[in-house]
Amino acid sequence: MNIYKYASPSNFYPLAGKMIPWFAIPATLLFIVGLYVGFFVAPTDFQQGDAYRIIFIHVPAAWMGMMLYVLMAAYAGIGWAFNARLASMMATSLSITGALFTFLSLVTGAFWGKPTWGTWWVWDARMTSTLILLFLYIGFISLQSSIEDPRRADRAGAVLALVGVINVPIIYFSVQWWNTLHQGATIRILNKPTMAPPMLAAMLIMLAACWLYSVAVVLVRLRCIILEREHEAGRPLRSPATSKLSAMESI
Amino acid sequence: MSVPSTWSMFRWIVWRDLMLAWRRRADVLSTLFFFMIVVSLFPLSTSPDPQLLKSIAPGVVWVAALLASMLSLGRLFANDYADGTLEQILLTPQPLYLIVAGKVLAQWIVSEVPLVLVAPVLGVQFGLSQNTLLVLGLSLVLGTPVLSLIGSIGAALTLGLRSSNVLVALLVLPLYIPVLIFGALAVDASIAGTSPQSHLSLLGAVLILAVVFAPWATSAALKISIE
Repeated sequence: MNIYKYASPSNFYPLAGKMIPWFAIPATLLFIVGLYVGFFVAPTDFQQGDAYRIIFIHVPAAWMGMMLYVLMAAYAGIGWAFNARLASMMATSLSITGALFTFLSLVTGAFWGKPTWGTWWVWDARMTSTLILLFLYIGFISLQSSIEDPRRADRAGAVLALVGVINVPIIYFSVQWWNTLHQGATIRILNKPTMAPPMLAAMLIMLAACWLYSVAVVLVRLRCIILEREHEAGRPLRSPATSKLSAMESI
Repeated sequence: MSVPSTWSMFRWIVWRDLMLAWRRRADVLSTLFFFMIVVSLFPLSTSPDPQLLKSIAPGVVWVAALLASMLSLGRLFANDYADGTLEQILLTPQPLYLIVAGKVLAQWIVSEVPLVLVAPVLGVQFGLSQNTLLVLGLSLVLGTPVLSLIGSIGAALTLGLRSSNVLVALLVLPLYIPVLIFGALAVDASIAGTSPQSHLSLLGAVLILAVVFAPWATSAALKISIE
């Protein structure tokens, strides 16, 4: 079997349709198990009480937000370098899920901060850099949605995402530096040295569930994007070959 | 006809953009006045208390510089794009990297250098000491080229788009954050009486990174936008 066949959006469309349940159903089961362990098995924290339980969604969401950005940039880069439409569509599809997870981690962080720190928002290094990550996602999404030509949107998004990936460590470092210089280490997240095993288990199960959920949702969105862009694939007015030719002429 | 050397092409681009800017002096001055007005709005919106002004001065001047540099980004490629010059420039055999670097250099000289020159005067209004003014100027000298370089990526990506001015701000401002932090911290350190050297060194490191990578990304973005 030639797996490169699935690099073509119209061939990948039915495969994606078959893959979605394989990710969606385990995701649902793991969410149920993870939330059960998180709410009923994991012990109450002796310092934070039950308020800490929001970390079972907060921490996986924050991780997903960061990892999906890197994944999105990788797909966008592949799509740009190899002129692979499917990879670029994947990047577009990932950007929305990544932005939502980043937003979720900020909101749940605020809900956790109010009872624990007594304030909704602190200019803590991690929170600030998560906020900036959300801005980067928003930049990517708004750039892509304001470009009419889908291929130009793909490539422009790829440049922006790759520039963003180079910048993320610099931004993170600078925010950390700024934070340590401006305020002393008054607040520490989870200042206990170790976590109870059920807590860790619940968090890892939720992380796995978030991954599976992301794959399922990204594939659903990818199928929508394929339908939007490739509904004329039967009558190739601008097949990849001719668009490449016209691209070469214009350079 | 002989092909001009890479170096003479670079000089030609810088010279041409400087001439164009000289013919339309009002644009340059309006960016400068925007910068000055934004900075003077802060004392009016907070209080004339010298102690407070001193503590917010680094942030105010740097944020105003960021906003002012956004204003001039629209002009970087848009006029050349509109009259077709940009396509001809892309067709030249010289490396696009240097052409972009030349345009960015000219943009920096035209739009950012006036800000750097006037910033110490604004610093005096905020009661900064002589030594701090020097640090402020130095941090702007190191930081504003990075703003031009990163901004050129955004300008190239949004070429010819609807509402490209707002979009550029959305794309570029988050990427400006490290420059803002290091620049403002350098001035902060000087006000507090400690050495600003580490912040200035980091600013220099960011500048080197930006000089190496940004024109390359801008070239790629220009090719994408012109296609």
